[in-house]
Amino acid sequence: MISRRRFLDAAVGAALLAGCEREKSRVVPGEITGASFRRGHRLWQGGRFPVAAETLRCDVAVVGGGIAGLAAARRLDRGGTRNIALLELEDEAGGNSAFSANAVSAYPWGAHYVTLPAEEAGEVIALYEELGLITGRDGAGRPIYDERALVMDPPERLWMLGRWQEGLSPKLGASDVELRELAAFQRETRRLRDARGADGRRAFAIPVDRSSRDPEWLALDKITMGEWLDARGWRSPRLRWFVDYACRDDFGATLDQVSAWGALHYYAARNGIAANAETDAVLTWPEGNGFLTRRLREGLEDRVHSACLAWRVEAKPGGGSVIVDAWDFRLERPVRWEARAAVVCTPLHVTRRVVPALRERRLAPPPDPAPWVVVNLTLDRRPAGQGFALAWDNVLYDSRSLGYVVATHQRLDRPGADAPTVLTWYQPLCDGPLGPERVRAMERTHADWCELALADLRRAHPDIDRSVQRADVRVWGHGMTRPAPGWTWGGSREQWAEPLGTIHFAHSDLSGISIFEEAYTRGVLAAEAVAAQMAAV
Amino acid sequence: MTDRSVRLLLLASVFVIATCGLIYELIAGTLASYLLGDSVTQFSTVIGAYLFAMGVGSWLSRFVERRLLSVFVQVEFYVGLVGGASAALLFGLFGQVGSFRVLLYALVFLVGAMVGLEIPLLLRILRDRLEFKDLVAKVFALDYVGALLASLLFPLVLVPKLGLVRSAFFFGMLNVLVGLATLRLLRDRITWARGHALVGGLILALLGTGFALSDRLVSWAEGATYSDVIYARSTPYQRIVLTRGQGDLRLYLNGNLQFSQRDEYRYHEALVHPGLAAAPRRARVLVMGGGDGLAVREILRWPDVEQVTLVDLDPAMTRLFSTHELLTALNGGALASPKVRVVNADAFLWLQGQPAAAWDFILADFPDPSNFALGKLYSTAFYREVRRALAPDGVLTVQCTSPYAARRAYWTTIHTLDATGFGTRPYHAYVPSFGEWGFVLASPAALPPPSAGLLPPGLRFLDAPTLADLFRFPRDMAEVPTEVNRLNNQALVRVFEEEWKEHAH
Ligand SMILES: Cc1cc2nc3c(=O)[nH]c(=O)nc-3n(C[C@H](O)[C@H](O)[C@H](O)COP(=O)(O)OP(=O)(O)OC[C@H]3O[C@@H](n4cnc5c(N)ncnc54)[C@H](O)[C@@H]3O)c2cc1C
Repeated sequence: MISRRRFLDAAVGAALLAGCEREKSRVVPGEITGASFRRGHRLWQGGRFPVAAETLRCDVAVVGGGIAGLAAARRLDRGGTRNIALLELEDEAGGNSAFSANAVSAYPWGAHYVTLPAEEAGEVIALYEELGLITGRDGAGRPIYDERALVMDPPERLWMLGRWQEGLSPKLGASDVELRELAAFQRETRRLRDARGADGRRAFAIPVDRSSRDPEWLALDKITMGEWLDARGWRSPRLRWFVDYACRDDFGATLDQVSAWGALHYYAARNGIAANAETDAVLTWPEGNGFLTRRLREGLEDRVHSACLAWRVEAKPGGGSVIVDAWDFRLERPVRWEARAAVVCTPLHVTRRVVPALRERRLAPPPDPAPWVVVNLTLDRRPAGQGFALAWDNVLYDSRSLGYVVATHQRLDRPGADAPTVLTWYQPLCDGPLGPERVRAMERTHADWCELALADLRRAHPDIDRSVQRADVRVWGHGMTRPAPGWTWGGSREQWAEPLGTIHFAHSDLSGISIFEEAYTRGVLAAEAVAAQMAAV
Repeated sequence: MTDRSVRLLLLASVFVIATCGLIYELIAGTLASYLLGDSVTQFSTVIGAYLFAMGVGSWLSRFVERRLLSVFVQVEFYVGLVGGASAALLFGLFGQVGSFRVLLYALVFLVGAMVGLEIPLLLRILRDRLEFKDLVAKVFALDYVGALLASLLFPLVLVPKLGLVRSAFFFGMLNVLVGLATLRLLRDRITWARGHALVGGLILALLGTGFALSDRLVSWAEGATYSDVIYARSTPYQRIVLTRGQGDLRLYLNGNLQFSQRDEYRYHEALVHPGLAAAPRRARVLVMGGGDGLAVREILRWPDVEQVTLVDLDPAMTRLFSTHELLTALNGGALASPKVRVVNADAFLWLQGQPAAAWDFILADFPDPSNFALGKLYSTAFYREVRRALAPDGVLTVQCTSPYAARRAYWTTIHTLDATGFGTRPYHAYVPSFGEWGFVLASPAALPPPSAGLLPPGLRFLDAPTLADLFRFPRDMAEVPTEVNRLNNQALVRVFEEEWKEHAH
């Protein structure tokens, strides 16, 4: 009766575990969103754009409307420089902190949380105060955060050995040796958290440029995180997974593709203090950092020129001003801005093409950022699963994905059993050489991406096919920079950031670590430098 | 009887048998995970046991030497009986038997073994009527198709339309019908055909009765876990069950007792009157939770209460307690009072949309903080909203679980209110069906003790000395240091779970 048994297996497996074969092959509605790569690649295809006949004028042109660009524009605006033009390639400013919303919830497309800022991040703290995220101070002067923005309990869980466990440290079923290694690693990162250099600065600070320059720490920039673990004899698969997960999560790179300095920064720079939260707490919203994007955009709407690709930023021959040439995809025509100064806030692989004068600097190329895919899954009910309750961040051990965050986690109401939700599922495509990964990513269809995400989640949620109503996909061709060995402290990073006359640069790539705080601080500082420069004239 | 029609009949029965066999397995797996939770484990162990039993059945078929047809017919009858009644048995005996798992696996094994017998027997019966390659091809093809049909029918039609108990009876009848049809067409080749037909008819009648009475069977089964269920309904938020045994009306939400008619007056008098007796004004009252209207009944005893707003998440609850005779008798028709406005909304979200200082007295009577969603209603963030909505000298009363069984949980709530800028007066009362129960009065202003002289007439529990006693805590419930419950630590849910787990042991 072998064949009957086999068919029964198959039928039962399909019917029970995935809600029928029928549904596995069902087409999940949704789309691949974000037009940037087709637009952006016109820069590469050598397609020269026509030059506009007429020239528009402004005080400052901001090129690129990610967090850095928005921060720069906002800082200029608040400082009284109102005549600015912000050119953004996409239909909406936001960059990697973009977001969308549907009937169920708002949800992120990229960045989804920030950590609590420590005292080095003064600009960021000031912003949070302004936005009302910091509502006051306690007797000891510690900031009190708006509780609704602090990630609600439970923050994280991990799927391993067939069940969800609380927290991300893979302790379930670990041997004593493995537990000891995990604990030793934690002790070491704790120690580094408090470490300061002879210059009095923290060993690992946010912003990166406010870290100690003691050679002891900078030496960590020369080796990979894998080598650093090897040097300590830490080889257990669990610890390796834990650290590798963190590297993929923060940099879209494996532990052999980032420096020990960069990887340790992830753990050791979380030094924020709060009156009403632990040091390692995070702030998050349904739309992720889209919340910050939205708040930064407020009041700038009329100065944001979206669907505009800037393709050349140059000092005007003869000096005195900057010419920005762009193509407006909405009007299908070229535009030219003449500004007293410019802040270029595009990723470095774009910046080097858009600003010809940079080529003369002959700088070492920046690290190639890995492509990423993000799938937003709208479900008609919260996913069921074995073990610990649904958390905000839900990670699967031994998966190449980063798991998912739950957009409705920060809601205050009591969800009914059939309350719908949106899960944002992430995967950096960093396992092979990045060029081919990128090409493959551009070729994959909506159905391919859906299956990639659903196959990953089916392990923990056998019923996911039955509850998924929609899957919207975004592919980031060049997701985020990574602290490749030698990049953070090798010298060329700072040179990329040097202004060229009145052309200034601000982007998280210039920090080697892609986080909100870096982008925001760089935007603010560039705006202040521009304002000072203009005032001096 | 032509050979051709016999062949057709037998092949058709392969199809029916395959469908039925898979359905029984799906039903057992679904019921096991419904009743025991933990669906992945339940499903995979049920499938495993079932397949193993099928193997055993197939192997056993070799011992059937003679009278193949007669054995086949009987197998159909008994599969029909056991498989068909399986869901009803599992449901009904869930609350009754000592080891439900033994019953579950015994049933699964029995049905699986009989299903395992079917196909080998049929193959042998058909052996002489078909060429071997044809035989195998047809039997297995039909077997597959039947299984596919079952796997589609189950989630799409049976579970949503018929329910588990009724589906099982239905497929049981199909099995029996296959047996009866075989008997009818081949009666000349089966010994003792009449006797078989009688047994088959009897089983069919039994299953038919079960099918017709399925609804009653299910509510009887609920009654077995509680007792004397008079109402049971699952809403998106909870399972509401009302029972009435020996004249005692009880409400359970998700299996937790909410009140017993015998002593609910103690709970509700203690919940409502101390706060109103302490409040400087009582005109505008807000009740959050408490969809049963019993707290509102007590509130309406105060003549100076002008309007009561009741916010309860679940419309099914407030509708039930506004319409069901027994229940409106219990709450005195409170929800129909012209002073009362019922709002079905989530309290946290709704409160955020309310104007400041809108109420003189607020009552928070939520279910215990047994999960993260409920824990939010006891957090600093929630109490900040309450504070905003309360008049500057208004009074808040919160039910906050048992200070005896869950002492740290109780004091966590008190400290959370303290941390939100309320002055607090903790108190407790003894409610026999619950045990020692805890409450707290809180106000943004100085909070005077409630004055017993103000208590409305007609109370059965509270009087001046009792009222004063409520505020005294014996040593085993006295204050302990705790964390403050915030959205980002859910300290309350965590201690609550620990303490009740300990208490239950
Ligand atoms: C999947 C993903 C998840 C992330 N998660 C987090 C997180 O949880 N927390 C966190 O802090 N950070 C996260 N990040 C990092 C994120 O990159 C930063 O937080 C921040 O959004 C970076 O802002 P930016 O301004 O430096 O860069 P970008 O977001 O890259 O902004 C550059 C902008 O320039 C525009 N542009 C490009 N070329 C042109 C051109 N030629 N003309 C005009 N405009 C152009 C782009 O469209 C874009 O809007 C994540 C990133 C990704 C990809």
